[in-house]
Amino acid sequence: MLKYIVKRLILAVVTIYIVATLTFFLMYLVPGGPFLSEKAPSAATLAALEAKYGLDQPVTVQYKNYMLRLLQGDMGPSLKQRGKEVSDIIFTRLPVSVKIGSLAVVVALACGVVLGSIAALNRGKALDNIIVFFSTCGIAIPSFVVCTVLMFILGEKLRLLPTFGLNTPSSYIMPVIALALYPMSYIARLMRSCMLDVLGQDYMRTARAKGLSQTKALFKHALRNAILPVVTYLGPMIAYTLTGSFVVETILTIPGLGASFVTSITARDYPLIMGTTIFLAFLLVTMNVVVDIVYKLVDPRINLQ
Amino acid sequence: MKKLSILLALLLLVSVLVGCGGGNGTVDNNNNNAGNQGGNQTGGQTQEPFVLNVHVGPNPDTIDPALNSAVDGATLIIHAFEGLYSLDKDGVPQPAQAEKVEISEDGLTYTFTLREGLKWSDGTPLTAEDFVYAWNRAIDPETAADYEYMFESIQGYEEGKLAVTALDDRTLEVKLVARTPYFLELTAFPTFSPVQKKTIEENGEQWALAPETYICNGPYKMIEWVDSSHILYEKNEHYWNYDALGPDQIKFILMSDVNASFSAFKTEQILFSDDIPTEEIDAWRDKPEFNLQGQLGTYYISFNTKKPPFDNKLVREAFSLAIDRNYIVEQIGKAGQQPAGAFVPTGLSDADPTKEFREVGGDYINVSKEAYADNLARAKELMKQAGYENGKGFPAVEYLYNVEGDGHRLIAEALQQMWKELGVEVSLASQEWNAFLNTRKNGDYQIARNGWLADYNDPITFLDMWITGSGNNDAQWSNPEYDRIIAQVKQSSDQEERYRLMHKAEDIIFAESMLAPIYYYVDIYLVNQKLQNVYSSPLGYKYFMYASLAE
Repeated sequence: MLKYIVKRLILAVVTIYIVATLTFFLMYLVPGGPFLSEKAPSAATLAALEAKYGLDQPVTVQYKNYMLRLLQGDMGPSLKQRGKEVSDIIFTRLPVSVKIGSLAVVVALACGVVLGSIAALNRGKALDNIIVFFSTCGIAIPSFVVCTVLMFILGEKLRLLPTFGLNTPSSYIMPVIALALYPMSYIARLMRSCMLDVLGQDYMRTARAKGLSQTKALFKHALRNAILPVVTYLGPMIAYTLTGSFVVETILTIPGLGASFVTSITARDYPLIMGTTIFLAFLLVTMNVVVDIVYKLVDPRINLQ
Repeated sequence: MKKLSILLALLLLVSVLVGCGGGNGTVDNNNNNAGNQGGNQTGGQTQEPFVLNVHVGPNPDTIDPALNSAVDGATLIIHAFEGLYSLDKDGVPQPAQAEKVEISEDGLTYTFTLREGLKWSDGTPLTAEDFVYAWNRAIDPETAADYEYMFESIQGYEEGKLAVTALDDRTLEVKLVARTPYFLELTAFPTFSPVQKKTIEENGEQWALAPETYICNGPYKMIEWVDSSHILYEKNEHYWNYDALGPDQIKFILMSDVNASFSAFKTEQILFSDDIPTEEIDAWRDKPEFNLQGQLGTYYISFNTKKPPFDNKLVREAFSLAIDRNYIVEQIGKAGQQPAGAFVPTGLSDADPTKEFREVGGDYINVSKEAYADNLARAKELMKQAGYENGKGFPAVEYLYNVEGDGHRLIAEALQQMWKELGVEVSLASQEWNAFLNTRKNGDYQIARNGWLADYNDPITFLDMWITGSGNNDAQWSNPEYDRIIAQVKQSSDQEERYRLMHKAEDIIFAESMLAPIYYYVDIYLVNQKLQNVYSSPLGYKYFMYASLAE
């Protein structure tokens, strides 16, 4: 087990390195630059800015400098948000996204598993159809529609919830629903089909035949086997959900990290693009390692070697 | 038991991550603003503090007076900082940090007297020396300020040491290169605000990020900035005109989505919104909350004058005349924009300040609805003269616009239709904003959308961008006579002469048809009926410091 983890960690570092390198060079291939605006800065100003941030050097030199600094844990300054370090931006915004994201993960997981199981147990009945219908909608409707509709109904028409910010506990409701809806629906559908698969297995019939109660058979045998694919899905899902969503944060005015993934690119804020990308890559890789370990806990038959 | 462990493992995993994130200097925006929501304000100002919630834009990149070049950033800055003069409701500069100014006969020396007892928000005295420091900092290449060229009218700009002297603590002497009629207005511009040397030297660029180090001299001071959430200002007790101030606190909600701000406005969570979704304009146009004001800016089309077929003046003029500007304004813009028959927009005054530059200069293109048929006929005639009768033999051309917002695409499609009348098939290409700027600046295009907003209330801000080699000369245009006239304007100390030359410069732009104006911009904003005494400057800056609530 330990050997496996060490191996995975080395692989993780290599993965992150490759992601960082690719991003760095792709980023410089995209036309445009951080200091362009409708009103062009004077040549002297532009030169001063480029010199200040080392952008006047050849890309390979910049790459080397960046990587050396990164090794020392320095992600560099933001080019657009003058005076701010990339690490400051990431770590002041991340907690906000994590707060909403973790709630969304819990909601999605709890509701998804329960709804999926209920649907499977009531296969073909009205309840199943209702759950399938709504989970299909949950997958099909994009989050900006969900946000806008929630904002219109709960915020504007009924005036139950604030339409922006995170100032009161109630203001968490809309973003959490908006973030959780897709993964919840996905988990519900996944859970339903896996559960149906498991329920049809011979060992389930055997368990019942040996006198095990329906509930016991369900929890002891069915759920554990059926949940494995959900665990696989959870890894990347958690990484993405915790780092926030551009759409949800923009529409509901939430100061999370998600928007920075997009705005850093449109602004050509190179260090911030690198910072957010490497951070997400790190989180994804870590989550995948964690998922593998959780696998082993859920199903001892799985051999991690 | 095992099933429990599965659940526990999952929960653990989640909570570990939550814990990780929460530990790192968490920003918690639970500021106790119960009852602070703008909509709950009901007059009783004496008991309850008057907290005004407004929206002027998203999270600003910077609120350092020297570095900012954005309109929303400027609104934030003019509430925290004040220059020698500031603009009143009618856009006229009024003494602010300065109590008076003496201007020499030749108009080249300005001697400002500062008010007595001026203080920074940290209570330390503010002196003339602070202006000397701030202005020189703004032009220092190390500072790398976008707007450093705003100081070019002051002597010593080229050498990097401005001829600005503190004769004593309360007297500031400024020497100009040439008579600059709009100089007092410039001193009201955010970039001309004083900044405190001490806080900048101690904190570097970070000084403008945190309330503790954001030392200011204006009506308000920052007490909180939560990134992408809000900036909270409070009345500055050291401000000389403290008693005139309205709101006890102003909370700028930093929204980046227009539907979000619109929704917050409708539910009275904010009392002012600087934006409205285009599709709502028709429904809101006649409501009292709707405010429409001319903005000093022009939406136009750049021709690349270095590349065929637009190196041909006749073709450029034909393309310009074939545009039905009224259609674009009424069917696409929908916001009361004015069809543009010239480049310098309405709203700028002429040598005689009671007349507008536009009135005196008149239109170069007749944009009345009735004239369109004639314009189009003339355009066809011009194409024929250029050797492209009915578009025969005309090379493939591409119109470039940026993808942000639907408006540019809709205008592009309309133009495509209009130019079909000339027998020309124009293809459309779009690029993302930053790439678009790059392409346009480098002249890698044939025709492209463009726009320009004034930096100050003088026509030269629209004209000096077209000199040969200017960084904003996207048309790659070069005209020696034009360059000469602009140089003369900048040296001239005679008002009449200056304006005559500027009109002449604009004549050349249209004699050459080097661009095709489409419309003059407007600024739309929404003000709740309860909110009074809020105003906007011609440059689009919003003034909330004197706001009050109706009973």
